[in-house]
Amino acid sequence: MRERVIRWVLLLMALGVLVTLGLIAFFIFQSGAGLIVRVGLGDFLGGTVWAPTADPPQFGILPMIIGSIWLTAGALVIGVPLGIAVAVFQVELAPAWLSAILRPTIQLLAGIPSVIYGFIGLTLLAPLVRSTLGGPGLSILTGAIVLGVMILPSVIAVSEDALRAVPASIRDGAYALGATHWQMISGVLLPTARSGIVAGVILGMGRALGETMAVIMMVGNALTLPLSPLESATTLTSNIALELAYASGAHREALFATGVVLFCMIMLLNAVATMLVRQRAFSRRTTS
Amino acid sequence: MSPFVELLAEHYQAEHPGVAIDVQGLGSSAGIRAALDGVSELGMSSRPLTAEEADQLTQMVMARDALAIIVHPTNPVTGLTTEQVRALFAGSITSWAELGGPARPVVLVSREAGSGTHSAFEELVMQGTQITSSALRQGSNGAIRQIVADNPDAIGYISLGVVDDTVRPVAIDGVTPTIAEVQSGSYRIMRPFLIVWHRDHELSPPATAFLEYIHSPAGQAELIRSGLVPGEAAP
Repeated sequence: MRERVIRWVLLLMALGVLVTLGLIAFFIFQSGAGLIVRVGLGDFLGGTVWAPTADPPQFGILPMIIGSIWLTAGALVIGVPLGIAVAVFQVELAPAWLSAILRPTIQLLAGIPSVIYGFIGLTLLAPLVRSTLGGPGLSILTGAIVLGVMILPSVIAVSEDALRAVPASIRDGAYALGATHWQMISGVLLPTARSGIVAGVILGMGRALGETMAVIMMVGNALTLPLSPLESATTLTSNIALELAYASGAHREALFATGVVLFCMIMLLNAVATMLVRQRAFSRRTTS
Repeated sequence: MSPFVELLAEHYQAEHPGVAIDVQGLGSSAGIRAALDGVSELGMSSRPLTAEEADQLTQMVMARDALAIIVHPTNPVTGLTTEQVRALFAGSITSWAELGGPARPVVLVSREAGSGTHSAFEELVMQGTQITSSALRQGSNGAIRQIVADNPDAIGYISLGVVDDTVRPVAIDGVTPTIAEVQSGSYRIMRPFLIVWHRDHELSPPATAFLEYIHSPAGQAELIRSGLVPGEAAP
């Protein structure tokens, strides 16, 4: 009896998550889809001018899509190699005492509020970028560097788990064939753990794409199509947060429509991630 | 101006339970129309009345919203014309050298579309010209001030009330923005926040009391805190 009650309660909770997601999707689409239809999907996604309060208003979000891609890609370029390197170091090379210090430090990195990251980017990094490389300082580069650090904890944690999950027999096999430690890491360990590492990267990608507060503070939020990392840019998320406070009418709808696009992008990203992980896991099982 | 009146109405209603003030921000012309037609007892307008409107309406300056054009304190450019500010923000002047400053690129800092400061700037300075898309955008007066204070090449606009000595307001058409210059009307990047009502209608006691509250030290202090320049009492 008790078991059955617990089972039902757990089922209800699981359904609650589904319902919540469904409601969020419904609400965003209901508030934003109408505008996409009126403006036209092509003009909304491909338009380069965002002037929501002009007469007539223009709702083109291409600059923000490009801005989001720049920033996410930049964060991955900085965060992923560093994250994987730290994960390998932690699993294979770090002496126990150092690992004991590193692990909580990395966890602490995840606990720092994003507004603090943004503040550091704004007050320390932006002036440095401006004085050494030029441009307004508040730029894609500044944002990407800080975002790269912000995604480190997710990349490291998931990659570490994946590396630790590699069976000892596979390592031993590599050593038995005469591989050096580094050959074992690069030739056996990393390829075997690839699917888990990819999952970590996608997790970091989602984090970078969704980050809002820190991005608003660091990238300057200009509405140009950014052509270089030293330029300012606006991302999909930061524009919603920046403009929602005073938006009304079609302007407000356009911000929800931006949310629709963001929602679809994240869904697509997750679907691709899930597929990649499944495919790899499947092919590994069939070949081994 | 409706956010400011809403703020005042909230405070007033908190202190006077039972009084209900319904504030609707639909644009200045709609506010004036509503007062003319008697749809609402009081109307709000952030533009001066036309002669015809002024014939039929009594107006009271609740406060004035003045924008200061600010630069870094070390910027050698101390004065600009309205046309120059417009050209800067339209993106047609891109180097300080064109204005007698160093040969460095201008960094523009603007507000996000929809904010009152942004719409005031568009109305008073841009006058139909689009602000260039390369202008940085920030969500508050304070953030703009911070960026201009940090960057010797930056120029931005903020409410006069939030200017402090980390930045320098430039003189516009020869007039330095001060409260006195705004109140005398010689500083032009300013818009009055008017409350208007029909000449033929006797104001109801709650309306009179609310207008008195707006001009009380408490009400004006609230507006000054929001960065506005004080207005004048009802005629």
